[in-house]
Amino acid sequence: MVVPILGCALVAGCGKNMVQQARYDPYEKAPLFEDGMAMRAPPEGVVSRDAPQRRAATQRPAMSAALLARGRERYGIYCVPCHARDGSGNGIVPARGFPHPPDFHSERLKAASERHFYDVMTQGYGVMYAYADRVPPRDRWAIAAYIRALQATNLPEDRTEPRRGD
Amino acid sequence: MQIFSPSADTWFRAGLAAFAVLVAALALVGGGYARSEYLTQVGWTRDQQVPFSHKHHVGDLGIDCRYCHTSVETATRAGLPPTHTCMTCHSQVWTGAPMLAPVRKSLATGEPLHWRRVAQLPDYVYFDHSIHVDRGVACVECHGRVDRMPLTWRAKAFEMKFCLDCHRDPAPHLRPPEQVTRMDWSDWSEDRAEAFGMAAMRRFHVEPARLDSCEICHR
Ligand code: HEC
Ligand code: HEC
Ligand code: HEC
Ligand code: HEC
Ligand code: HEC
Ligand code: HEC
Repeated sequence: MVVPILGCALVAGCGKNMVQQARYDPYEKAPLFEDGMAMRAPPEGVVSRDAPQRRAATQRPAMSAALLARGRERYGIYCVPCHARDGSGNGIVPARGFPHPPDFHSERLKAASERHFYDVMTQGYGVMYAYADRVPPRDRWAIAAYIRALQATNLPEDRTEPRRGD
Repeated sequence: MQIFSPSADTWFRAGLAAFAVLVAALALVGGGYARSEYLTQVGWTRDQQVPFSHKHHVGDLGIDCRYCHTSVETATRAGLPPTHTCMTCHSQVWTGAPMLAPVRKSLATGEPLHWRRVAQLPDYVYFDHSIHVDRGVACVECHGRVDRMPLTWRAKAFEMKFCLDCHRDPAPHLRPPEQVTRMDWSDWSEDRAEAFGMAAMRRFHVEPARLDSCEICHR
């Protein structure tokens, strides 16, 4: 009689430990550290193990249809909220009070180099934050190429931003 | 000598009946409990430091999931956004709102925001976002209409059955991988989903027979 009861108790005890195992997962609390979080930021001066590969990836890739398609998709995710699908800067976030970004179809930005777009994404520009943490170098070149394609479309002066989902 | 009293048979029958009723009741209560929202936590929201609204940011503003959950395509984890991501907009929008005070404090001190998780698996289950996203399993299949959630909740019971139901027959659940973050699929008829799914299964060589072996999720 005692053995099965003990067995049940043991199994029940184990069950709990399997659900919450003695390891730190991302986003979990960790009393060991001062900020109480299991995830750590790398200390100052850390060099990534794949730094050389990453540096190689900052080279501008050759232009291709695939690169443009990738740029279009990434532009849609990270830039459209402000710069809008047509590049006019009439996005939804500026409509809610964010400073209006410059029009990609202006003469100044048509004359700007792709390297400039790349640098804006890497370092930020004025009130615009950097996107380097979310857009890897290859995608930055893809987006820059896509902005070029947008600029080549010669949109009419009195255009309006199409609604989302169109 | 009489061993059983005249009423013994009646008592015995009544006892049996009572026992049957008890077992049935226990099964009902137990079953109900196992499927209850109390256990599966479906539809529960949790108090958060900042009342972040997907309805507002995704539904109204139309921001893509990947703007904040950046690693969902490349890693096991979708990732929760760091304070920097909130500040790309909130450095200029709603800068004085008391609701956002913890975000500004987090930026100033460098201490990350603590989000209380709502959609989490037990530690003994292995899950990977990237393969699902790559094959075209849309976010909405597992997380529901996030764009309608003022506070985030768990839309589906993350029970083993939920995973297996799809793993044994993924075809009708597959969508074009470039549209995984789309929430509304009401314009897809069942036939269209089935036809697209069959083609996708062939393209990716998905084998349902392999997908329900234990070691895929319990490793
Ligand atoms: C939160 C809104 C927002 C988002 C998202 C955003 N930008 Fe900007 N961007 C701005 C604003 C505002 C400016 C003007 C900044 C200033 O002049 O202070 C700007 C300026 C620029 C400029 C022009 C710099 C110049 O020389 O005038 C480029 C190029 C640019 N952004 C590219 C991008 C790209 C590419 C993305 C997507 C990866 C992006 N932006 C995402 C708000 C945004
Ligand atoms: C792409 C821009 C953008 C990003 C990124 C963003 N927000 Fe917002 N958020 C907004 C805008 C715009 C509003 C106000 C809209 C309005 O005025 O209707 C807002 C409103 C809010 C509000 C006000 C309450 C509400 O929902 O009505 C809260 C709280 C909030 N955001 C929290 C956050 C947090 C936390 C993050 C980071 C995880 C974040 N936001 C990231 C654009 C953004
Ligand atoms: C503006 C940034 C932002 C965008 C865009 C966004 N999310 Fe989130 N998401 C968050 C934040 C912050 C949290 C943590 C707070 C919470 O649970 O509400 C979160 C939490 C979640 C969670 C719950 C995780 C857990 O276990 O607690 C899910 C699921 C989720 N998001 C899915 C999505 C999906 C699907 C989309 C796209 C339709 C999306 N999110 C778009 C910021 C964002
Ligand atoms: C096949 C089902 C499935 C799909 C599809 C899916 N998720 Fe998840 N998601 C989960 C599960 C299960 C968890 C809990 C993981 C854990 O606790 O280990 C989760 C957790 C999360 C979290 C919490 C943080 C984390 O990384 O664990 C976020 C945010 C999230 N998902 C966003 C998304 C987004 C955005 C998409 C679409 C691009 C998506 N999910 C697609 C099942 C799914
Ligand atoms: C709506 C459909 C769907 C749901 C729900 C779903 N999956 Fe999957 N899962 C897939 C598909 C499709 C694949 C890719 C199979 C392939 O390409 O071989 C996959 C693959 C996986 C893999 C990788 C298998 C491998 O090859 O190593 C894991 C792990 C996994 N799923 C875990 C889970 C878990 C855990 C859950 C429940 C929380 C879940 N899945 C729910 C459709 C689904
Ligand atoms: C597609 C993913 C998947 C596969 C394949 C899978 N499981 Fe699970 N399993 C899960 C998930 C998710 C849970 C967590 C259920 C919960 O939290 O309620 C789970 C839970 C369990 C539990 C604990 C149940 C409980 O109530 O505590 C056992 C035991 C288990 N699985 C055994 C198995 C065995 C044996 C197999 C092979 C025949 C298997 N699993 C295959 C996803 C999977």
